[in-house]
Formats: sequence, structure tokens, C-alpha cells
Amino acid sequence: MGSPPSLIARPGADGIEFAAGGAWTVVQARDLDGLIDEAVRNTPAGKPVTVDLHQLTALDTYGAWLIERLVRAREALTGSVRVVGLPERYQSLFEQIRRTEHDGAVPPPSITPLKERIAWLGEQTVRFGHELLSFAAMLGAVVLALGRAIRNPRTFRLTPTLHHLDRVGWQAVPIMLLITFLIGCIIAQQGFFHFRKFGADAYVVDMVGILVVREIGVLIIAIMMAGRSGSAYTAELGSMKMREEIDALRTMGRDPVEVLILPRIVALVIALPMLAFLGSLAALYGGGLVAWFYGGMSPAIYIERLREAISLTHFEVGMIKAPFMALVIGIVACTQGLAVQGSAESLGRETTASVVKSIFLVIVLDGLFAVFFAAVDM
Amino acid sequence: MTQDTVISVRDLVVGFGSRTVLDRVTFDVRRGEVFGFVGGSGSGKSVLLRTIIGLIPSRAGSIEVLGTRLDTATREERQRVERHWGILFQQGALFSSLTVLQNVQFPMVEYLDLPQRLMDEMAAAKLEMVGLRKADHNKMPSELSGGMTKRVALARALALDPALVFLDEPTSGLDPIAAGDFDALIKTLQQTLGLTVFMITHDLESLNTICDRVGALADGRVVATGSVASMLDCEHPWVRSYFRGRRATALNSRLANSES
Repeated sequence: MGSPPSLIARPGADGIEFAAGGAWTVVQARDLDGLIDEAVRNTPAGKPVTVDLHQLTALDTYGAWLIERLVRAREALTGSVRVVGLPERYQSLFEQIRRTEHDGAVPPPSITPLKERIAWLGEQTVRFGHELLSFAAMLGAVVLALGRAIRNPRTFRLTPTLHHLDRVGWQAVPIMLLITFLIGCIIAQQGFFHFRKFGADAYVVDMVGILVVREIGVLIIAIMMAGRSGSAYTAELGSMKMREEIDALRTMGRDPVEVLILPRIVALVIALPMLAFLGSLAALYGGGLVAWFYGGMSPAIYIERLREAISLTHFEVGMIKAPFMALVIGIVACTQGLAVQGSAESLGRETTASVVKSIFLVIVLDGLFAVFFAAVDM
Repeated sequence: MTQDTVISVRDLVVGFGSRTVLDRVTFDVRRGEVFGFVGGSGSGKSVLLRTIIGLIPSRAGSIEVLGTRLDTATREERQRVERHWGILFQQGALFSSLTVLQNVQFPMVEYLDLPQRLMDEMAAAKLEMVGLRKADHNKMPSELSGGMTKRVALARALALDPALVFLDEPTSGLDPIAAGDFDALIKTLQQTLGLTVFMITHDLESLNTICDRVGALADGRVVATGSVASMLDCEHPWVRSYFRGRRATALNSRLANSES
């Protein structure tokens, strides 16, 4: 586009004269930037300057700004700059650029690295506090909404609850069964492989049974739920927040906790124990298949051994934990969803935070339960 | 296509499934003019714009922009043209994870190899041209008002000094004063920078104040093109009710009064 740009400095009638020629547009901006900087650097200060634009063939805002940059730099040195020969058609463009009063972009406030680190530490601490607080606030709001729903069952939103139950419960069944089945197979296989060395094959069934029913079944399902449904909750609520749907709901006198969050959490609290139960069955089934084909233990013996190994208590321990884990996942997911700000990036950040936090909390909760059940002899 | 035609659309057909939205649309946009497209809601104005800029495939017809047949162009040819146009989307479509300044610099970073200092200066200059205060340059898009979002989006559309600018309902969602200011801004920039502007609008006032020529879209076809004044003579029922309806009459009489 156009002829190559040039900027020639020559001694003029009074002081220095710069003759600009060729096309001064965005395409040549990189070269022009160099030309202008060189002109500013290499010409002695203290002399009046004339910029001659007769030879210009094209000019846009980039070219105009670069000429203006030269003019300003010289003005700062000598105070006398004249621009001559500007083609008529670029007059208003040049005027527009001359009117801008900036000296580059405003740099964001700079902080020294050490100070920044300390400030970061402080911010993170405060944020952690806020997060705990918002978690507690959400828990409280959900309990309150649940209380209202119990007192006045008509306000409870059954249809959305069933819809979410279908999504997080029923539709999750195949994948949950598959994963727990495989986990059961792996535990049994590893058990046989290692226990065989001690001739303790028979105890593999005890291990599989207790591990699956008491810990693994519910834990795997909870982690899967955090990844599958918790993230979905966060993303849904987050994009509703971004598009002001939640504000709209609030202005219509409806509590978002009651309309959006309670049905989701109730669905999760119902679905997770069911899935944990089904998952445990699938894992025991997988363990049984491995015992039969790999361990050479007939199904009848496997079932017999299982009956001796697992007591109702083990089953209860597993099942008691499930709804609490669901509650934690739901609360975390919804809290993070409502924390989404305007940007797409924040939606991604909160969704990640939702999954990471709920998995972490699920495992912490499992540990606390272990301590508790040990204390009450279960 | 002559030198003076920037956009030339011939017999363009666009449809979704069994529905034909645009049926043999034909029009030209000349260099250096502000061409406004009007049409009822759902008449396919936005579809037309999105087809021209290549977001929706056409079924038949030709689209020529800045001398390149876009419907048959290769990727490289298309990119060469894209470099010379700027687009203002209805909702601004600013990148939500970049600051205002970074949004305006985005096309520069993508297309040009410029020193950071020059990009900072140019982005700041563009933002100043569209009337954004310096204090807002480091804000995130979610912190901006509707009017400011449009201004930043316009600055981004103008980032590479395009020859052609597409505006999708530039004044929608703005109050009448802000809309008037925005119209004036578009007109000033168009004259200063020598732009060709293709805009889609609902706003009668914009049509009256800044458009050189107007096209009317109804029933999937261009039913009239010409100056705003010539629209008053058009006998198509939609055009008649649009330009001679109650709101239009009130506006026209006001304009007539202010002129006399």
C-alpha cells in the first residue's frame, strides 16, 4: 500500500527541516517508529524545526501520531516547530490527533516485588476468611430455605428438584457404575496378586468388602459428583449471575437460594447416597468377577466370605457419610457459582475452584468421619 | 465493481433449514458514504451483516468487499480483507478477560509487529478519539457502562485504521442523548478518517442525521435504497409505515421545524 515512507533531515532556511514523504500509514508504522525515534535522537536540540509534509502520499492516524510525536519531542526541546505542506484532505485527521493530550497509556500502579508479595499474602488470607464466611453463609441460607420449605411445603420446588435429580442422579448411573466396577476389579486383582504371596487369598474378600462399602464406594462417587455435577452447578449459576438472571430473580421478590440452589442441593443429597449404594454394588460385583476368573474363587464362596466380612455397621458408616459429602459439594458449587464476576475468565476460575475445593473438603470430611466413627466404635 | 464501490452484494440467498431469510438481496455501498440498513426485528438485518463478514455461509449469490470476492476467497485473501475492516458488534463483544486498553491493542498485536510504546500510544489515542476518559483505560469490560462499552468497541473496530466499518445497531441500548453523541462521533470519525460505514439500525434519528443512503430490508429482500428523503416516496407497506409512521412523522416535523 503506497510508496515506502521517508523522513529526510536537511538544514533549512532557519534551523532544521524534515521532509516526510511516501505513505505514512499503519502498514509502515514499524519503520516509521524507527525513523521518528532516529530523527528525535540525532538532530541537535536548540534549533527551530520545520516539518514539511508536501510529499506525503497517504496518511492515517498512525502516521499522524508519529509526526505528532516528533513535533512534541522537538517542542519539548526548542519550543518552535512548524508543520507545513499538510495536504488538505488530511487536515481534520491531523487536527484530531493533535488534540489528543496523552503521553502514552497510563501505566497501572507499580508496586515493589517484596511489597507485592506481602500484599498478596495478606489478600489471600483475607480472601480465605471471606471464603469460609461465604461458605457458612450459603450453608445457613440453604438451611433457612429448607426450614421454610418444611414449614410450608407448597413453596418447595418439586419439579426443578426432580429435573436436577434426573440430571445428577439418573443420568450419572452408567458412568458411576462403570467406574466403581473397574475400581472393584482393580482392588481385587491387586489384593489377590499380593496376598497370594502370604497365602492369604481368602482375606482379599474382607479387604474388598470393607474397603468398598466403608470408604471407596462413597468417596469415588463423591469425587465424581464434584467433577460432574458440582462443576455444572457452578457454571450454570455463574453464567446466570453474569447475565443478571439472578438479579432479575431477586427483584421479582424470589430468593435465588430457594429457587435455584435448594432444588439443586436437595437433588444432590438424594442422588449421592443412591449412587454410592449402586456404586458399592458394582464394585463388589467387579471384585467378585476378578475373584472368580483371576483368583479362582467360586462365586458361592465369594458371597459367603462377603457375608462374614461385611457387617451392617460398615454399610451404615458408608451411607451416613454420603449425604454430608453431597451437602459439601452442593454448597461449595453454589457458593462459587454466585462468586462469578463479569468475565469469562472468572467463570472458568470459579468452576475450577469449585471442583478443587469440593474434592478437598470431601476428603477432609472423610477423615473427620473416620475419627468420629473410631471414637464411637463403629 | 468500480473503484468507488466498497461492498457489492448480488443475489445473496441465506437460509437456515427450510427457512429462507434473505432472498436474492442486491445492493452496493460506495466509498466514503454512511450506508444505513433498516428493517423490522427479525427481518434478517443482522443475518445480512453476519453473512457479509463471513460468520454465516450463503447459499447463493456473490459478496464483494474491497475488491475481493469473499464467497470464493481463500483463507489468505479473506484475511487480507479482514485486516481492512472493523466491526462493532451489537453488545460490544469486548474480550472480557482483557482490559479496555488491551482490547483496543488486540488487533494491533495480532496483525502488526509494533513496539509496545507505539501500541500504547495508539490505543490511548483511539480511546481518546472515541471520548473515553483516561481513568477508564485500565478497567475491565464488566466495569463499563453500556455507552462506554460501545465506545471501546468502536475504538477496537478502528484500531487498524480500517477503510470500512460495520456497525450493528450502534445506538441500541443507549439513551437518546448518548445515542445522539454516538451518532455525532461516528459522523466525525467517518469524515476525519475517510471511512466507509455500513450500519444496521432501528434508530430513525441516526438515519436522518448521519446516513447518506439507506437500504430497507423487508420480506427477505431489499425493497428500497436511496436517500432518507427518497424513502418517503417508497410505496412498500413496511417502508411506508416505518418512515411515515407516528414516530417518524413526529421526528420529521421536528426536523422540518428546526430547519425552517
